[in-house]
Amino acid sequence: MSPEIGLLTIFILSIFVGFEVVSKVSTVLHTPLMSGANAIHGIVLIGGIIVTAQSESVGVTILGVIAILLGAINLVGGFVVTDRMLEMFKPRAKTPAKEDSR
Amino acid sequence: MSVWVQLAYLIAAILFILALKGLSSPKNARNGNLLGALGALVATVAVFFSGIGTNNLPVILIAIAVGSVVGIIASRRVKMTAMPQLVALFNGVGGGAAALISVIEFLHGGGESIPALIATVFTVVIGAISFSGSIITFLKLQELMTSRPVVIPAGRWVTILVAVLTVVAAVWLVISPMTWLLIVLLVLALFFGVLFVLPVGGADVPIVISLLNAFTGLSVAASGYVLDNVLLIVAGTLVGASGTVLTSLMAKAMGRPLTSTLFGAFSAKAVTAAGSGEDRPVRSAGPNDVAIMLGFASKVILVPGYGLAVAQAQSTLRELADLLTERGVTVDYAIHPVAGRMPGHMNVLLAEASVPYEQLKEMDEINPEFSSTDVVLVVGANDVVNPAARSDKSAPIYGMPILDVDAAHQVVFLKRSMRPGFAGIENELLFDPKTTLLFGDAKDSLTKVVAALKTT
Repeated sequence: MSPEIGLLTIFILSIFVGFEVVSKVSTVLHTPLMSGANAIHGIVLIGGIIVTAQSESVGVTILGVIAILLGAINLVGGFVVTDRMLEMFKPRAKTPAKEDSR
Repeated sequence: MSVWVQLAYLIAAILFILALKGLSSPKNARNGNLLGALGALVATVAVFFSGIGTNNLPVILIAIAVGSVVGIIASRRVKMTAMPQLVALFNGVGGGAAALISVIEFLHGGGESIPALIATVFTVVIGAISFSGSIITFLKLQELMTSRPVVIPAGRWVTILVAVLTVVAAVWLVISPMTWLLIVLLVLALFFGVLFVLPVGGADVPIVISLLNAFTGLSVAASGYVLDNVLLIVAGTLVGASGTVLTSLMAKAMGRPLTSTLFGAFSAKAVTAAGSGEDRPVRSAGPNDVAIMLGFASKVILVPGYGLAVAQAQSTLRELADLLTERGVTVDYAIHPVAGRMPGHMNVLLAEASVPYEQLKEMDEINPEFSSTDVVLVVGANDVVNPAARSDKSAPIYGMPILDVDAAHQVVFLKRSMRPGFAGIENELLFDPKTTLLFGDAKDSLTKVVAALKTT
């Protein structure tokens, strides 16, 4: 199998997984899901790391560092903000009545 | 690249899939998100062992640290109401990062093969559109610019022209890779992103955020192809696919095809529907009257909207609900899927106030209930209860499913003013004889109603 076909296979299968995994999500979770998916594409950070680590010119390094900065903000910020949204779902699951102090 | 690094990428990919899976169910959502973060950590550590070279290592580590700190501070400090625009902003910077990476690969002379060059150009275009588009949605939601649709004279033609030019430049760049042409392409794509989002207004903005999120996913996937990195392909494609599903779910909740959302269904002529006069009489009341109406009802439905989020009144609303329940009143919350600024916004907000799940009713479930309801209390919502969506074909929200609050015996609106909602349409229901208005900030009004109820 040529490498291109291998990558194409992965790409197509990922599309199906992506469709399948979220097809039954309830409206309650639309916002956190969007936010979580948003965090996942922050993994583009590693692309930034790769190109910057191979850079030999100042100009490219500067662009690469900007890419890393943006990627890290997307990745880390994305997961933290999603967690903050979901944090609020958690405590009521078991003890809905004992939250009056808040 | 060592086998271990590839295995680490595989583990990260699996963790991302489990993350999305977890985020789709209320029970596992938080763990799902943590799994995603773990996957990201595994991948980020692994990349340093993949033989990428050691140039600029200190700078790279500093950049990661600074970016992470900025991300953490921004997401820790943000108010609940501002979360949607923060997500938009994060999405935009992700798209920007993908575009930059492809620009760098292009400058490296990467993309000797035609497919790699196509992927590079695709990443630059989609990443740049996502970047500038997200910035505009951020500005709209942050109300740094008008949230109404912005219509430029002959805007549609300008947009089409820019789109055509972008495609031409992209094709040309694939045929003859030149740096100046790349810069032209970048500028065109950024400009297109702005034009693409400007005419979108009102309740459609969340759908656009979701769409741009899917866009960023796709551009990350393409950048994975450029860099020959399987994990980026998997992660980007997952987000692209799930983002597309989510976007269409949201569009469905709005009751119209995605295309009309994007291409100016909310056109500028739609400032007021039905040419209603400004000085028509409405019935307004004080907090005591509202407390009495609510306190002596047997069934009350609460309809929260963006006004609740702005006023941060979710806990006060819950206090009111608890007080009514104690008096033996049946209380439910009616949650419109696109109430607020993002689908699910109200769920997140009410979850913050620890409102029990069972009391949150979705639209299809609650709509048959309104006709047997004594009082509906609408807190800072407008468009999602506007009957014009059913009756007025000229209204820009025509066709959107709404909460049928007009079927209830009495309706109370807590509103700051008579100003129309986010979509900018007059609401006939406000002038209905069975409607009572209590003007003021939602939190203020609710606090007063609660106080009045305690003495009633």
